Amino acid sequence: MSFLSIDGLSAGYGQMSILSDVVLQLDEGEIGVIVGANGAGKSTLLKAMFGLVNITAGSIRLAGDDITGMAPERLAARGVAFVPQEYNIFPTLTVNENLEMGAYSRRDDFSAVIEGIYRIFPPLADKRRQMAGELSGGQRQMVAVGRALMIEPRLLLLDEPTAGLSPMFMSEIFDRVLAINATGVTIVMVEQNAKQALAIAHRGFVLANGMNAFTDTGANLLANPEVARSFLGA
Amino acid sequence: MATTAAPRLPGRDILVFAILAVIIVGVYAAQGSVYSTRVFVEAGCYAILALGLNIQWGYAGLFNVGIMGFIAAGAATSMIATFPSNPAFWASDGPVLIVGFIIRLALGVLLIVFANLSHHVGAGPRLKPLLIAIAIAAAWIMVTTHVEPMAREIEGKATWIGGFGLPVFAGWLLAAVVAGLIAWFVGKVCLGLRADYLAIATLGFAQIIKTFLKNADWLTKGTLTVSPLPWPVPRPEAGEFLLSRALYLSLVAVLIVLIYLALERAYRAPWGRMMRAIRDNEEAAEAMGKDVNRRRLEIFVFGCMLMGLGGAMLIHFASVFDPAGFIDLNHTFLVWVMVILGGSGNNRGAIFGALLVYIIWTMSAPVASWLFDQIRTYGDAWFGWQAPADLDSRALQMRVFVIGLTITLVLRLAPRGVLPEEIPHKQ
Amino acid sequence: MDEFVFFLNKAVISGLIIGSIYALGAVGLTLIFGILRFAHIAHGDMMTLGAFVTLVLAGAVSLTGVQSPVPLSLIAFIPAMAITAVVAIGIDRMFYRPLRERGSRPIIIVMASVGVMLMLQGLVRILAGVGTRNMFFDQPKDIYRIALPGTPRELVLTEPQAVLIGFTAVAVIALHLFLTRARLGKAMRAVSDNPDLARISGIDINHVVAATWVIGGGLACAAGSLLSMDVVLKPDLSFNLLLPIFAAAIVGGIGQPYGAIAGGFLVGFSETLAIFNWSVLLRPFAGVLPAWLEVPGNLALVPTEYKLMVPFVILIIVLVYRPTGIFRGRVL
Repeated sequence: MSFLSIDGLSAGYGQMSILSDVVLQLDEGEIGVIVGANGAGKSTLLKAMFGLVNITAGSIRLAGDDITGMAPERLAARGVAFVPQEYNIFPTLTVNENLEMGAYSRRDDFSAVIEGIYRIFPPLADKRRQMAGELSGGQRQMVAVGRALMIEPRLLLLDEPTAGLSPMFMSEIFDRVLAINATGVTIVMVEQNAKQALAIAHRGFVLANGMNAFTDTGANLLANPEVARSFLGA
Repeated sequence: MATTAAPRLPGRDILVFAILAVIIVGVYAAQGSVYSTRVFVEAGCYAILALGLNIQWGYAGLFNVGIMGFIAAGAATSMIATFPSNPAFWASDGPVLIVGFIIRLALGVLLIVFANLSHHVGAGPRLKPLLIAIAIAAAWIMVTTHVEPMAREIEGKATWIGGFGLPVFAGWLLAAVVAGLIAWFVGKVCLGLRADYLAIATLGFAQIIKTFLKNADWLTKGTLTVSPLPWPVPRPEAGEFLLSRALYLSLVAVLIVLIYLALERAYRAPWGRMMRAIRDNEEAAEAMGKDVNRRRLEIFVFGCMLMGLGGAMLIHFASVFDPAGFIDLNHTFLVWVMVILGGSGNNRGAIFGALLVYIIWTMSAPVASWLFDQIRTYGDAWFGWQAPADLDSRALQMRVFVIGLTITLVLRLAPRGVLPEEIPHKQ
Repeated sequence: MDEFVFFLNKAVISGLIIGSIYALGAVGLTLIFGILRFAHIAHGDMMTLGAFVTLVLAGAVSLTGVQSPVPLSLIAFIPAMAITAVVAIGIDRMFYRPLRERGSRPIIIVMASVGVMLMLQGLVRILAGVGTRNMFFDQPKDIYRIALPGTPRELVLTEPQAVLIGFTAVAVIALHLFLTRARLGKAMRAVSDNPDLARISGIDINHVVAATWVIGGGLACAAGSLLSMDVVLKPDLSFNLLLPIFAAAIVGGIGQPYGAIAGGFLVGFSETLAIFNWSVLLRPFAGVLPAWLEVPGNLALVPTEYKLMVPFVILIIVLVYRPTGIFRGRVL
């Protein structure tokens, strides 16, 4: 049994159905990357995993437990963290307070975790007392990911972490994702920059019109000419 | 608000209005026709108020809690327009002072408008706010320094300005126009912002209109009240109460039908479809290139014009203009209950709600008094409880509570009202 | 100099008093607006309700014949704050939360708060009557007179006014510490900033909502009680409070507690300065002014009966020129 296992998932907003019969399997410690055209349902799939959209059919299991439609605050307690694509920081809270909020469900002493995050994202360490809304785009993204890491998640969901960032920051973010993964965190990431993302992926999932189009290892998908033609813009 | 229309029961309207007809007959049987006709004239005026609110809230989702202000503005306008003129005023310096007042007011408005446009003539982002502040202050001083001597002169020599002796229908028309002008100003300020701000602004604005009418003795005679106001039909002086009230009632009924037909037509026209699109999904409507704020301003002004008209009709029927008689509860929240209970967005629902709620309203005062009398009697007999002396005035407060409770209960249990909105099928 | 002391008493101290009341009311309003995202129209009546609870508590204790060195109301308002806070949570559970959970638009919840406003108004009037009530049960209020050098006139401050100023200072500091130091306080700011992200982070929204009502209800009760002690308790109080506290909250920027405090004092001082008769300050100079410049008897900017115009005009000016408020809040 896989660590994360999504079966026959259908979901949408209100009456509008976006995903139908989606399947996704990922083993513990792997990076899974979801790619696809705009409107293919990539972000919706992440939100469905995090209980933020209406699930009409199917199931989501984490380490054997059913977490289908579980409320976000309860998922946080189970070690699932989510970084939305936009509005992913608390702009009038300081950097340090943003990180503290990430640990809201923890009752233990997490000061060591905060220091660990400043080690992963050194630029944040000097700005810990600054309001997060005043930071640059790349640093905000670091705050957003750092906030999610505060629960020391088993599963981290990232929705287009490189959106709107310059290419230099982009590779830096991918480096960080690899570093986080190296500590044993399973990662599911939605990405527009499909080539770079699939390059670091253990498993890749290509969605089209809310359904699975291709599923394979990252390397195989990159090598697949059909995928390249239709989805990688090559 | 759900846009999926429930399958309409064709009999529902018939049933609902049949029940209403039975209630009306019951009221006539129990209360006598003279009194009952009076109740239904007032209920009819409320139906026009409810229609005005229904298009604002039901069609466009605008939250207006200043209905009382628009009623009072319309009533005062019509009162001044139609009341016989006051020779003492015209013989005094009053008219000249009033002209001076109007000129100063116009100059003040022009000054503020110019200051707001000053960036066109090169005023920078620093200078412009300063110019606006100076313009507002100058306009304020210019107008207020004039008002006090003017009020003293008019009140001293002529008590008040008196009326203009215009026909009643002209007064009603002017009532709608003035209410609409005020609505234009309020809407211009608030409609581009979040919906809550309109609620706060209208609530405050209604208080200010009332304060003004109460204190501007030179304009409204203030607490002295003005009466008798002319009627559009023969007044009941000859003792034929029933006949003249019945004539008034038929006039009100004709107006309700005309307004209803016009609103239904507009609702089914592209204009109405657009309003609903804006209400249900503002962003999508905006993306489709609709000028959302302009459409909202139109409907806000139009709804307030109906409120001004309804207010004028109510005040002429009552025949006494008393600024202290405008009360939030009776003139704002009662109308709200009528609309949400009847079914927001459904004009027949608004009319039904107005009639039913007004009947219950007028009957509730004696019921509440009776109830509190019982409490007094049994409280005394069983527990030796000495009731407070002002128990009767407290009994009336029961209605405040019940209106509030009704609003919250309808929102919880029947948010679509008795006659829910019907969405015309798209062709 | 006498005239200047008169000015201090009539304008500065009055502004401080009424500004404190507005600030305490506006803080709750702005927190509710920021966290629950609706304009809580019933807030003025929550202030009246709080004053009524204080009156009932003080009355009940005085019936037992307990002698107290301090007026009972000045003690009773503290437990009354707790009671009002609980009532506020109850109101939310009964009337607002079901609508929120159903996903109603904010404006529907605003309408529900109008319903709650009428219910509270009706309830207080049924129970307390429509007349005015003295919160001190006809006992005289202590008056502090502060002598100033060079003038026989004194600064005058009544006991409830002194308590009000002290309470406001303590409340502002306590609120600041709570919002910047306490876990729940930071969570409140987080929810106000970004409610979706707060949920994702595992913040229990219901705790935050409850805390909001405790602060909002408690401060409303304190403000209503102390204002009623300063003048009298009358059920119509709320009508004169609602517009100023909304003006204060919007001037300060929605969701900004510090802005609301500043806004409260701004509105309070504007009000007292607008109705202050400035000719009093000119009178000493009557001898030196040229003969043609006669000092008029009344030089108030706004006649007292139009006091409500001041917050309204402030509100309109802010909405037209700076809807985010002077402290850059959000336009939600």
